Amino acid sequence: MAEPKTLAEKIISRAAGHEVTAGDLAVVRVGMAMSVDSIAPSVIKIMREELGVPHVADPERVAIFIDHVAPACNVATAEGQAVVRRFVLEEGIRHFYDVGRGICHQVMVEENLARPGEVIVGSDSHSTSYGAIGAFGTGMGATDVAIAFATGRTWLKVPETIRVQLVGDLPRGVMAKDAALWLIGKLGIDGATYKAVEFHGAHRLSLASRLSLCCMTTELGAKAGMVAFPREELEARGLPAWLYPEPSASYEQTVEIRLDELEPQVASPDDVDNVSPVSEVAGTRIDQVFIGTCTNGRLEDLQAAASILRGRRIASHVRLIVIPASGRVLKEAIADGTMLALLEAGATIGTPGCGPCIGRHMGVLAAGEACFSTGNRNFRGRMGSADAAIYLGSPLTAAATAVVGAIADPRSLL
Amino acid sequence: MARVWKFGDDVDTDQIVPGRYAPYMTSEAEFFRYAFIEHRPEFAQNVRPGDIIVAGDNFGCGSSREYAPLALKKLGIAAIIANSFARIFFRNAINLGIPLFEDRAAVSALADGEEVELDVANGLLRTASGQIQLRKPPAFVQEILAAGTIVDYLRRYGRFPGE
Ligand code: SF4
Repeated sequence: MAEPKTLAEKIISRAAGHEVTAGDLAVVRVGMAMSVDSIAPSVIKIMREELGVPHVADPERVAIFIDHVAPACNVATAEGQAVVRRFVLEEGIRHFYDVGRGICHQVMVEENLARPGEVIVGSDSHSTSYGAIGAFGTGMGATDVAIAFATGRTWLKVPETIRVQLVGDLPRGVMAKDAALWLIGKLGIDGATYKAVEFHGAHRLSLASRLSLCCMTTELGAKAGMVAFPREELEARGLPAWLYPEPSASYEQTVEIRLDELEPQVASPDDVDNVSPVSEVAGTRIDQVFIGTCTNGRLEDLQAAASILRGRRIASHVRLIVIPASGRVLKEAIADGTMLALLEAGATIGTPGCGPCIGRHMGVLAAGEACFSTGNRNFRGRMGSADAAIYLGSPLTAAATAVVGAIADPRSLL
Repeated sequence: MARVWKFGDDVDTDQIVPGRYAPYMTSEAEFFRYAFIEHRPEFAQNVRPGDIIVAGDNFGCGSSREYAPLALKKLGIAAIIANSFARIFFRNAINLGIPLFEDRAAVSALADGEEVELDVANGLLRTASGQIQLRKPPAFVQEILAAGTIVDYLRRYGRFPGE
């Protein structure tokens, strides 16, 4: 009899067409292979010139996004994007999302391109996000994605799994991002290297919160981060009947997060695991606040920020950059008044996409500046000058920080 | 002789090649000159083909950018020896045919600037004070490296490792 399996083992077994367990090498069918403007030119070149494969195996299982530098900021990026658009036309790729549609990970979920129970590979490390809807999403490099484009398949080592049990409810002023940062602070930025993370008890959180959690497992080094849905809820949620981890599956370790005892958390420079409760860094002066990214640029996040900013003004020395994760999020935030509240508070709005998250445009930092971001990485030099400081936290903490002009506990402003 | 370039723990891909120096932002002919531009500006200028990188835990953590290991390959790095590697970096580097060794004892025995000789095929390192036998990578990694790169492997065998 087959051993009781984790979610990762079950999904990979299906995609491989035979039973596998942690430690096995598996060759799997790829449900969707995803790439983005900054990497796709290399993927195309590797596929055609190095592998010698002229066409993608199945255009229906390829998705491409212009999001990392959208719109283009210089001639090099404009030319890269032109290469991508030409490829998309030549290959008849339908799942192509150009400037303004939004960040790959958000749109993959909005457009149902990442499907529950499938293995999804992306040329972007935060492809772990798709675990929020029950897919095994994993980030790979240009060569691996080129191989997936060319063959519709990939190979991987079946990971061990860390089980994370969420207990209780998030208190007012505390968000899923805080839980993710707390976990990274506890396990460290290599705490889940080569492993999968399975969240139990996260099915009660909103999709936006689940995406935040799964996205951040990349900062633990994880191969995938997935929400375990209870067996009895699968049907109602439209998920495959087999998509549950077996109760006696074997885990590398189990970690508990007491949501009800959690405070807002902040990651200080220069590593994502340099995490402390907001009280320890409160008062640190901030020049720029950035609300956006695949971690925290969704409607729920913008609404959270607006709940603090509505009727208030940001501090005079602060610039607040808000970039919705997708065009759809932008429209919804306009329709419900969230955007107006943010603008009236002093925010400036950027084209849906990655924005300044990776330090290429729309909010690059100067030496000596400090930024508070709702993104997922605070590595030195990530957002611009190597002598700029990046702090990470939730949209609520970011909004409070923008109002005060220094890192602030959002609970004092709610 | 090869020079050892020694680094600490958690060297992230933003340090290896910052996102704004990606080939996408600069050019294919140029991006690798920015390897460690802020973290260790003398690296790209002084590194010689055949040199090796030695690092602590979790080398290459962060983004999936293959141009990080590609920059090191283009600069002629012969091997990377670390306590451990981040997942995507490990895969990307092996795919590009850069030999990686996870060997804690070797890492602690080696100093920055030291001149050594590396026999990659046998995992043998000759230093001024003697020889170090490096821990062998897993079998599937050795198979890929023996073929050259993952692209060479696929072209030669028409199948994936482990298939
Ligand atoms: S928002 Fe930032 S972390 Fe997310 S995909 Fe874009 S660059 Fe990467």
